[in-house]
Amino acid sequence: MPEMTYRDAIKTTLVEEMDRNPNVILMGEDIGVYQGTFRITEGLLDKYGPRRVVDTPISELGFIGAGIGMAMLGLRPVIEVMTWNFSLPAADQIIQNAAKIRYFSGGQVGVPMVIRGPNGAGVQLSAQHSQSLESFYGHFPGLKVAAPSTPADVKGLLRAAIRGEDPVIFLEHAGLYGHKDDVPENDYVVPFGKARIARAGRDATVIAYSRMLHFALAAAESLARDGIECEVVDLRSLRPIDYETVIASVRRTHRAVVVQEQWRLFGAAGEVAAEIAERCFDDLDAPVTRVTGADVPMPYARSIELMAIPHEQDIAEAVRRALS
Amino acid sequence: MKQVEKPQIDPQVALRWYKDMIYIRTFEEQTERSFRRGKIGGYLHVYTGQEAVVTAFLEASRPDDIMFTGYRDHPHPLLRGSDPGAIMAELYGKVTGVCKGKGGSMHIFDVSRGFYGGYGVIGGHIPLAVGAAYALRYQNTDRVCLCFFGDGAMNSGAFHEPINMAGLWGHDGTCPVVFIIENNLYAMGTSVKRSSAVTNLASRFDQYAIPNEQVDGMDIFAVHGVASRAIDEARRTGRPYAVEALTYRFSGHGAADLFQPYREKTEVESWRQRDPIRMLEGRLRADGHLTDGAIAEIQAAADRMVEEAVKFAEASPEPPAEELYTDIYADA
Repeated sequence: MPEMTYRDAIKTTLVEEMDRNPNVILMGEDIGVYQGTFRITEGLLDKYGPRRVVDTPISELGFIGAGIGMAMLGLRPVIEVMTWNFSLPAADQIIQNAAKIRYFSGGQVGVPMVIRGPNGAGVQLSAQHSQSLESFYGHFPGLKVAAPSTPADVKGLLRAAIRGEDPVIFLEHAGLYGHKDDVPENDYVVPFGKARIARAGRDATVIAYSRMLHFALAAAESLARDGIECEVVDLRSLRPIDYETVIASVRRTHRAVVVQEQWRLFGAAGEVAAEIAERCFDDLDAPVTRVTGADVPMPYARSIELMAIPHEQDIAEAVRRALS
Repeated sequence: MKQVEKPQIDPQVALRWYKDMIYIRTFEEQTERSFRRGKIGGYLHVYTGQEAVVTAFLEASRPDDIMFTGYRDHPHPLLRGSDPGAIMAELYGKVTGVCKGKGGSMHIFDVSRGFYGGYGVIGGHIPLAVGAAYALRYQNTDRVCLCFFGDGAMNSGAFHEPINMAGLWGHDGTCPVVFIIENNLYAMGTSVKRSSAVTNLASRFDQYAIPNEQVDGMDIFAVHGVASRAIDEARRTGRPYAVEALTYRFSGHGAADLFQPYREKTEVESWRQRDPIRMLEGRLRADGHLTDGAIAEIQAAADRMVEEAVKFAEASPEPPAEELYTDIYADA
């Protein structure tokens, strides 16, 4: 299995899928001539030409809406948002059109479209460029939402997204673009709604996704030195969400800590915690706890920015509290 | 506005237009009655008064051209040949409706006839039509996308972004879309004068390098002339084209718009003098192509079709419980 960065896993999958299906096209701001803000699409304009690699004006509503129309007519647009923060002007298109057209047309037409780009905090990008929008998009039936943590899952989930028939919110993390790991070759597909046991353990279950998965694994590593064995579950996709794997794990460990980078209120972690509480009440030896970002707009200064997102120690402390 | 000389039109063609307009008006008047009787729920927006616009554009288009519109969306699929029973059943919320009763009046779809909806958020479908036009060219076809919207949509953000993209893509011949503004002078209760800094709406397309013109939307000959030119041009060049049809809705904005405090009764009456159906009828009669007997027959035929549609809708079952959770995803 070759090693590959998270960034290269995205690009490799885009290339493979574009080679496989001429209806796959890319669209977004500065993805062509500029080569992509995060250089995901470097060289692709030269390789595929301007009809398949479409540079757009700064018109998220316009080009995401256009992508919906393309998808309804049989193309498979993969649209890059420079960051998910900039998807908000297009939220009406995503929520009111993409998510619902299949339903209100009585199943006559679907929207096989992928929107991808970085989600979550970077380094000192401040309040308008650091948001995590997974629970926002996860709220709407008709959308699928993926939040991969590894290069292998990037490849498998992006492939499933592009080959699927439904609109997909594909949440990457800019903090992971340089992250390197093994990636299976060939036609590797990860189905939506299938979580992964990233580390097996018996004492507590830590549930995470995207960048927080790595913090959870680091916390598990440090706890293991004290003889505490955490099971770490990587959700991979948030809609559909694999509650079965989560519930089965919690029934084994009797303790659960749910981790998310986003704000605490109405977040993904609260949703998972509620499901555990409803289904595993008698199995639990401690309250389900959440580790989340601070309830503040993201500050600029590094000292307080670091305090606004969860870290390895926060997760380890939550596990220790659950065991105390 | 260009004055169009009365062209020589095949009377058979003009008679077909007349029948089409009678058909969609009869259908719409029935939907208003059904709404008042509580048979149709939610919102209901009827096309009464604007018939010449959709009729002429559909006549000028090919059956494989595609269409998007807002929520005043019943006549577009009807004139493409959609089953009136299935449209009426959709309004009645029945499982035999075109969308299985999941869309209702604002979300009529008949994709098999190139009708891609039926959208409830003003202006929200405009970017879809632009992308769809791109797809038609990408697939190396010479099909055209017709995008209908009202004067109100032109003040939404969802107008400006895709219109700029359409103009831009038009430079490369990759966006064969015709924008049809059904300017009925009112965005709900707000007149064009009170909502648009520029009242010549067609001229706004100048800023986006999109050829455009205004036309008298009550004169079907005039609309047909412009529609043919616009559609042929989009098909030939792959560039967008915009037509502002000046028209008027005789009914309220929606079925709940009872008092219409935003317009005078005399204004409605004066527009009724220019009823597109009566104007065409007068001309056909003057030229000897239409008699009282023929008019009565045409109306009776329309009445029968609409009656049948109502019977079908009335007799159809409501969606069963299992329909609640279908059509959300491709596999569920």
